[in-house]
Amino acid sequence: MPVVTYAGTEVKVNDEGFFEDPGQWTEAMAPEIARAQGIEELTEPHWQVIKFMRTEYAEKGTGPTVRVLGKTSGVTVKELYQLFPKGPAKIAAKIAGIPKPRGCI
Amino acid sequence: MPKRVVILGGGTGGTLSANRLRRLYPTDDLEIVVVDQDDAHVYQPGLLFVPFGLAHADEIVRSRAHQLHKGIEFRQVPIDHVDTESDSVQLQDGTVLEYDVLVIATGCVLVEEETEGLTGPGWMEKVFTFYDRVGAAGLHDALEYFEGGRVVVNVVDMPIKCPVAPLEFCFLADWFFQQQGVRERVELTYVTPLDGAFTKPVAAARLAGLLEEKGVALVTEFNTGEVDGPGGRLVSYDGREVGFDLAVVVPLHGGAAYVSRSPGLGDDLGFVPVDVHTLQSTAKPNVFAIGDAAGVPTSKAGSVTHFEGEVLVENIRRFLADEPLDGSYDGHANCFIETGFGKALLIDFNYDVEPLPGHFPAGVGLPLLKESRLNHLGKLMFQSLYWHSLLPGHDLPGVGSAMPTRGKDKEGVP
Repeated sequence: MPVVTYAGTEVKVNDEGFFEDPGQWTEAMAPEIARAQGIEELTEPHWQVIKFMRTEYAEKGTGPTVRVLGKTSGVTVKELYQLFPKGPAKIAAKIAGIPKPRGCI
Repeated sequence: MPKRVVILGGGTGGTLSANRLRRLYPTDDLEIVVVDQDDAHVYQPGLLFVPFGLAHADEIVRSRAHQLHKGIEFRQVPIDHVDTESDSVQLQDGTVLEYDVLVIATGCVLVEEETEGLTGPGWMEKVFTFYDRVGAAGLHDALEYFEGGRVVVNVVDMPIKCPVAPLEFCFLADWFFQQQGVRERVELTYVTPLDGAFTKPVAAARLAGLLEEKGVALVTEFNTGEVDGPGGRLVSYDGREVGFDLAVVVPLHGGAAYVSRSPGLGDDLGFVPVDVHTLQSTAKPNVFAIGDAAGVPTSKAGSVTHFEGEVLVENIRRFLADEPLDGSYDGHANCFIETGFGKALLIDFNYDVEPLPGHFPAGVGLPLLKESRLNHLGKLMFQSLYWHSLLPGHDLPGVGSAMPTRGKDKEGVP
């Protein structure tokens, strides 16, 4: 299992780079993870989504899909793709230190 | 005083649950009421065949009321909302139905309007869905006169009913255009939001192989943001485009609208969260959900509903008798996949075991994940089983609720 260092702390991630233990995540790590995903600066709307992902994960045990994010986070799907061009649900989950949202079947 | 079970929805799950319950209890002990807004029970697997002229839209529909055993009350009224606090359902004609146990079996609705442009100019002219009878019939007319060009089959986003149906559509379209003598003038493309042809890896690889064999191009991780009918383009949220002359779109799905109007009952998409093994709602212990309406991590498919039915009815019995529930539903799904030219594949899986090659239900049986004529005949025969065995609530011989592991080839996985 790969170990990476964010904000001076070692964290365990899976092969795709998602946190194994969301409890290891701190806000200070987010900008660094974001830069690795090609997002140079985390703006206010980015944070809104990241915090929303954390809350949803804490409540439901899984991060929301893009469609649910668009309905419930206060940010439209279009805007979500502008904020996280490579896929809002996946990238925001990665930056928020939660597991990859469970794909629907 | 008899207890009362109210079942919302007279489709596959509602009908087979009502009929099973009716056999289990005399009318003096249990009153069963089924509510639906219309009296049209559609054999939904038949929708796939309508666009290709292999079934007629009128042949796959029957009266909901006629599928229910004697001693079951059917009410044809739209539902306003459920109030789990007072154990009652408010119907749109003003009636309030109280219940001891409630079953949510109202399936999915198509929410075309959530995708920009989908129902705009070009809808039902060059942009169709085959997920309802009107769309499937309209698409039949369009396909009959199609002389060539780009045909795209697009899934907007998951979850959808029968996730294999859009793939089957591609396979049958390849066959159909060959029969029409225009295949070489048709460019077929399958456009999916998933990262492969299907959700589960072994089946995804096999199905991607079949698409390739049949000359169907595959575009993955495409999240459709807009359907531009007049311009003939699908546009993804990240700005990619796929051009078309004819688009076959599987729209977004949601739960029935009244679920979202019922406090605490549904999730953000209107599906009902339940314990995935007992089907008991997380909202309240006397509420259960079955079939497409239930928020469980398996396919939204008739076979799932059928397998859930056995566990659901047993759990309603246990709940009414104050016994602990049976947590035995394992996510079992079983789907025939039409591949054209009189052949089909079969897949069989559950929450934990993905579709694998082998045979069903045991070492001797229908071949799994492999094209065969036998599977095609199985699919055709199933329509009659559906009306005459599955809906009346009989067990199908050799096909139990739990997924069989015998016959599955865990070694031969490519």
